[in-house]
Amino acid sequence: MSDSGKNKDHEFKNKPLVDAGRQAVPEEELSLSHQARTKGFYSFFASLMAIITGLLVGVIILLIANPSRAGRGLLTILKGGMTGSPTQFGQAIATAIPIIMTGLSVAFAYKSGLFNIGASGQFMVGGVCAVFVAIKGTMIPASVLWLVCMLAAIVGGAVWGSVPGILKAYFKVNEVITSIMMNYIGMYLVKIIIEQTIYDSRYARAQNVPVRAEIPTLGLDTAFPGTNLNISLVLCFIFCLIIFIISSRTVFGYELTAVGLNPDASRYAGINSNRTVITAMIIAGALSGIGGFMMYLGGTGVYMETNEIVALQGFNGIPVALLAMNHPIGVFLSGLFIGQITIGGENLQLHGYSKEIIDMIIAVIIYCAAFSLIFKQMLSRIVSGIKKNRKRAGGRRQGPGRNVRADESEVSS
Amino acid sequence: MSNNVIEMDHITKRFGSFTAVDDVSFHLRQGEIHALLGENGAGKTTLVNVLFGLYAHEEGTIKIKGEPATLNNPNDANDYGIGMVHQHFMLVQNFTVLESIILGDEPTKAGIINKSKALEKVLEISERYKLAIEPDAEIRNITVGQQQRVEILKMLFRENEILIFDEPTAVLTPQEIDELMSIMRNLADEGKSIIFITHKLNEIQKVADRVTILRKGKHIVTLDVADTTAEEMSELMVGRAVDFDVDKAEIARGDVVFSCENITVKREHSTKNAVHDVSLEVHSGEIVSVAGVDGNGQSELVYALTGITPPDEGRIFLNGRDISKSSIRERTESGMAHIPEDRQRFGMILDLSLANNLVLQTYYLPRFQKRGFMRFDSIRGYADELIGRFDIRSSEGANSMGRALSGGNQQKAIVARELDRDADIIIAVQPVRGLDVGAIEYIHGQLLEQRNQGKGVLLISFELDEVMNLSDRILVMYEGEIVADLDPDQTDERELGLYMAGKKKEVGHV
Repeated sequence: MSDSGKNKDHEFKNKPLVDAGRQAVPEEELSLSHQARTKGFYSFFASLMAIITGLLVGVIILLIANPSRAGRGLLTILKGGMTGSPTQFGQAIATAIPIIMTGLSVAFAYKSGLFNIGASGQFMVGGVCAVFVAIKGTMIPASVLWLVCMLAAIVGGAVWGSVPGILKAYFKVNEVITSIMMNYIGMYLVKIIIEQTIYDSRYARAQNVPVRAEIPTLGLDTAFPGTNLNISLVLCFIFCLIIFIISSRTVFGYELTAVGLNPDASRYAGINSNRTVITAMIIAGALSGIGGFMMYLGGTGVYMETNEIVALQGFNGIPVALLAMNHPIGVFLSGLFIGQITIGGENLQLHGYSKEIIDMIIAVIIYCAAFSLIFKQMLSRIVSGIKKNRKRAGGRRQGPGRNVRADESEVSS
Repeated sequence: MSNNVIEMDHITKRFGSFTAVDDVSFHLRQGEIHALLGENGAGKTTLVNVLFGLYAHEEGTIKIKGEPATLNNPNDANDYGIGMVHQHFMLVQNFTVLESIILGDEPTKAGIINKSKALEKVLEISERYKLAIEPDAEIRNITVGQQQRVEILKMLFRENEILIFDEPTAVLTPQEIDELMSIMRNLADEGKSIIFITHKLNEIQKVADRVTILRKGKHIVTLDVADTTAEEMSELMVGRAVDFDVDKAEIARGDVVFSCENITVKREHSTKNAVHDVSLEVHSGEIVSVAGVDGNGQSELVYALTGITPPDEGRIFLNGRDISKSSIRERTESGMAHIPEDRQRFGMILDLSLANNLVLQTYYLPRFQKRGFMRFDSIRGYADELIGRFDIRSSEGANSMGRALSGGNQQKAIVARELDRDADIIIAVQPVRGLDVGAIEYIHGQLLEQRNQGKGVLLISFELDEVMNLSDRILVMYEGEIVADLDPDQTDERELGLYMAGKKKEVGHV
């Protein structure tokens, strides 16, 4: 065991496999790769457990705040935007859209081993670029204006994402610190841009986005009257799909995965990890930027404010990604879910719960999303425990107190 | 038997569904050196870790000096007088020898360490067991052999009666090994009982009284060393007869395929270079070994040659072309293969499938991609071909995760990938480290095959047997410099050992 002491943990993981070359395949080997195959299954149930735990803690808070209405309160949260009111349904979707995009951004950056906590900055910068083009781009034909705005958002977000990427790649600066700082720089930059160019001094915010620049609805708003739906959600899904294909099917996705899983081996293999990291951050930034574009050009009456608050949609992308275990399609679903409970939480006011309680419950549910990885580990441990017991029950029983002859196999003396 | 200090009976230890130690009984007598012999994964270390309180066993009993014992952690083991010298020493670099020995068990007077009393006791022990040390030297300034003595003294200072040595010779030069052997003998003669874990037969023959052989977690046999032979032990260990000698065909060496000039790698915060002014040449059809004790600049030299960490000075040539400034990919493409020392850090991405690992350097070639999209079918086909040709075993073939492969099969996969690229120079670092005999035979055979096909092989190894068996030429590296260039037919392990320890140096070599 010449590796002993170096890594006890992997040492015994390896142990069962050492003889594989000369023996029938040991069972442990099967179960290890079996785990790999059922990874999706574990992830899904782990996320579900995180959600349920969050809801349970939420119920406890409801019980403490007002026991008599807790049951109805829980139902309200679960119903979310599905109360029958199209407005609420539309609101739930509108809440989900930006956090799906920032969640996708966080998840994609994570694929290359980076924690993109700067989605907020990229989101705001992307948003302001889109709004600026929407207001100032009067010469652009209305039919393509929204597309041009989206491109502007992509550029803005990408530039903002690229800075931490470049610093990480070439100067080994931790991306968490740089991207947090880029959030603040972005926030003040956005404030300056708005105040200098597209300011509406009456409301102390950016001017209204002209209707001609809004994201097309393709009749969705009339098909679902009162919802204010546009094609953003469809676009979100398409982006999730594209990101899924990029990460799992392309050469770039291979490099990204390799760098994310093992930077040393990637370097050894000659993969240009600097380029990979920067490209990943550019794409992540662009995705967040698109989120900003979708939020402010969605015709939902949200305006860019200049109130010195870092956009929450960026941070909320982190639990969306966590809950989805960084799976692009999962991001779409978890974003929708968090949009739902946000609206459901707000509806709690109908039962007399105060706004603060509601915010706490939403926070708790999102908080528990962060535990989904722990749940995943628990699940796989439980499953392997069951397997082990089953095997032992079938095997030979031999208690520690068994009376044995000494040296029964000893040859000498 | 009344003179047994340890009786481990029917010990079974499982990890998940895998049984690492299966119904093993092991008895240690007072004053004997009892070797535990087995291949990697045979369960030697697991068994000893059970005794040392690191793992809890599921079945079986442990008796120490006739009394049933429960050991839940190393402190319990210490209370029973069991001490262990680990393969990788656990020493604080800037402590003195004395401080290191008493660490954790300091004799105190009113809460203050009583150094003079400690020194007195340490010197007394060191004299009694003939373990010469300099109490005031700092750990970082003494040799590995001396550090090991410090570890032994630590056990003796704690008045341990049962000493466990876990592969103690892996990091030592031949001379240091001899010294260790006589120290162990002295200890046993003084009444200490020793468990000696090893896979080296000659050491067992030199020093052990009895040997217990484990294979695949099972107790095979316990023998008196005097009554057995190395051949018998190796056969029992492996489960079949093993041919230790390698058939090496005579082959004419060709032109220089790979060379480097004046490679220097500086070390951070130190005036001493990690690699100092190293020049070497590898001809086609030749295996050149770089021998030496671990930590004498071999890793840094390999990083420099392969481009992982470019050197501070010096030039590197492959097929006559200067590749000093080339990227790793350019080096790979111009014919360099690299079997890295740390297969899990560099060689493989454990959470990728075997198929994806097998195309780690070639995934971007038209063969494996089309307009930016991976051609998984052709990657799969290629992987299946390599798996068949190099006999890489796993449960799910190409789809197995790297992590699910055994160490030997991970290494086979790396070797397959590197050799299949048809490179001109193969830089192999400790290619058989931690592998069982079957895999060692196989990989050595592959390296010789490459040599016979007219490739150049640069083998970096800490194992003298490997160096002596495979090489056409042996370079010895000591403290960052090449100190000898030897012909394996005209040297022996003894001479190599002197070079490796820095006690002998050639002038104007290479």
